Amino acid sequence: MAHFFYQTFVGQILLILLETLAVLVPLLIGVAYLTLMERKVMAAMQRRRGPNVNGPFGLLQAFADAIKMIVKETVIPAGANRALFLFAPFLTFSLAMAAWAVIPTGNGLAVANINVGILYLLAMSSLGVYGMLIAGWASNSRYAFLGGLRSAAQMVSYEVSIGLVIVSVLLAVGSLNLNDIVLAQQHIWFCVPMFPMFIVFFISALAETNRAPFDLPEGESELVAGFFVEYSSLAFGLFFLGEYANMILMSSMVSILFLGGWLPPLGIAPLTWIPGPLWLIFKILFCLFVFIWVRATFPRYRYDQLMRLGWKVFLPFSLLWMIGTAGFLMATGLLPHMGGVN
Amino acid sequence: MMAQLVFYVFATVLLLSACMVISARNPVHAVLFLILGFFNAAGLFLVAGAEFLAMLLVIVYVGAVAVLFLFVVMMLDIDFSRLREGFQRYAPLGLCIGGVLLAELVMAFSNWRMVPSGVVAPLPVDPGLSNTAALGTVIYTHYVLLFQACGLVLLVAMIGAIVLTLRDTPTGRRQNIGRQHARTREETLELVNLPLGENVFEQGGFLRPKGSYYEVAVPGSYGAGEPEKTETEEKGA
Repeated sequence: MAHFFYQTFVGQILLILLETLAVLVPLLIGVAYLTLMERKVMAAMQRRRGPNVNGPFGLLQAFADAIKMIVKETVIPAGANRALFLFAPFLTFSLAMAAWAVIPTGNGLAVANINVGILYLLAMSSLGVYGMLIAGWASNSRYAFLGGLRSAAQMVSYEVSIGLVIVSVLLAVGSLNLNDIVLAQQHIWFCVPMFPMFIVFFISALAETNRAPFDLPEGESELVAGFFVEYSSLAFGLFFLGEYANMILMSSMVSILFLGGWLPPLGIAPLTWIPGPLWLIFKILFCLFVFIWVRATFPRYRYDQLMRLGWKVFLPFSLLWMIGTAGFLMATGLLPHMGGVN
Repeated sequence: MMAQLVFYVFATVLLLSACMVISARNPVHAVLFLILGFFNAAGLFLVAGAEFLAMLLVIVYVGAVAVLFLFVVMMLDIDFSRLREGFQRYAPLGLCIGGVLLAELVMAFSNWRMVPSGVVAPLPVDPGLSNTAALGTVIYTHYVLLFQACGLVLLVAMIGAIVLTLRDTPTGRRQNIGRQHARTREETLELVNLPLGENVFEQGGFLRPKGSYYEVAVPGSYGAGEPEKTETEEKGA
């Protein structure tokens, strides 16, 4: 059996398929329950009940929504560019799934434990712009187009500060491998010495996933629903899934970069009994809760304020912090050894 | 065999999309094919074992540069019939430039000698290092001055772009957040103590009249209607 999986060509491909399924199936179930969690948590914050009819505690609500979405009619606007119109949601969805290949859920437990894991994540999230931009353009609608342009400008702006935050973390790690980044936090999580960067990264993650208070691309009050106004049925569902999968992805990035990934908070007995993947899930859930909490709390930003925050506040600040980190590590001789662990 | 297959897939798609870039009618399609081309070039880098360069290509070119391209091209309002109008006129010039480029390419390739085996100029670093570390070692030690000079050129270009596009518009309603935060309560808000029960209409408040609005309005005020009348009254006073 082991020989079949590790030595033969077919076996290896089968193994990769199984690994992929082992990541994607829990992810999609997670997305389904994230929508329910969002509605329940926001309901609790607004003293409502939230969905409570379908199944016990409304647990089947997500599936009811999914079935409703699938059986709706797919409407393609007459003036739309058909091929691109249908391509955009698939792109968004598949990119959101593809990024999960490098997320380590335990020591070395990733579908692809590659050397440049963090760059891969950055690349996938920067490709996400195209789904929105193409959707906005192909719909041949002014609202959708404006939404697409907004989202592109917003994501490109906030990627810059995300990149700089990641660089300052990498300076302390000395490797681009996500596994090494987590292992470097064995003694102390990076959210303690780099607390301001943690906050900057979290806010940028909100902007990157187009979540409130930065949900301008789909600002209902101005653009109806932003870049996906013209979408219905399964195409809309794919955007929806991609967006929520991206939320979980960003939460897991926050957990891996700043909250010690699969590591327990302290390396002592009762905490180490809980397996690593569970710790990662706890941390992701915590981040997602804060995402929802922020949505229930803050009003939407105005567009010029959003741009100002990205370019005039976060960018200089994270640049200064990066230089400070480099200087501090150099002066104290704590700079990781050349080439890192791998 | 697997690596070769992957190489040929990436190379074929790259060449096809490069052809589509120049032959696509719709400029937005052309840019999208360009992006596909970038992506496949990144794939070729991956096959060659240069994973750092591959990721950088995707992040910088696909994720940032091409987005700006797409941004501009999507907002262009292009009249295709006018575009084709000049084709006859510019065809000879285009052919000349194309011919010169082709001749140069032929000359370059005919003098290109492929080294049969291995590395042409080995990197002055430890071969056990990972891709990123090796690149960093070369750039930041052996070529640090050149690297800094490149950075300086880019900085100058950036400052130039900002200077060219930044216009001071005194008419715009720009938010000054510092000033907004520096405001005190005294400057913005005035609390007036009104004696209780005064300035209240007998028949109900100003906003919630009991009878018809016109009936309860103070005679001669805006609420009483007939603005011409109030004007004449003011003149008389």
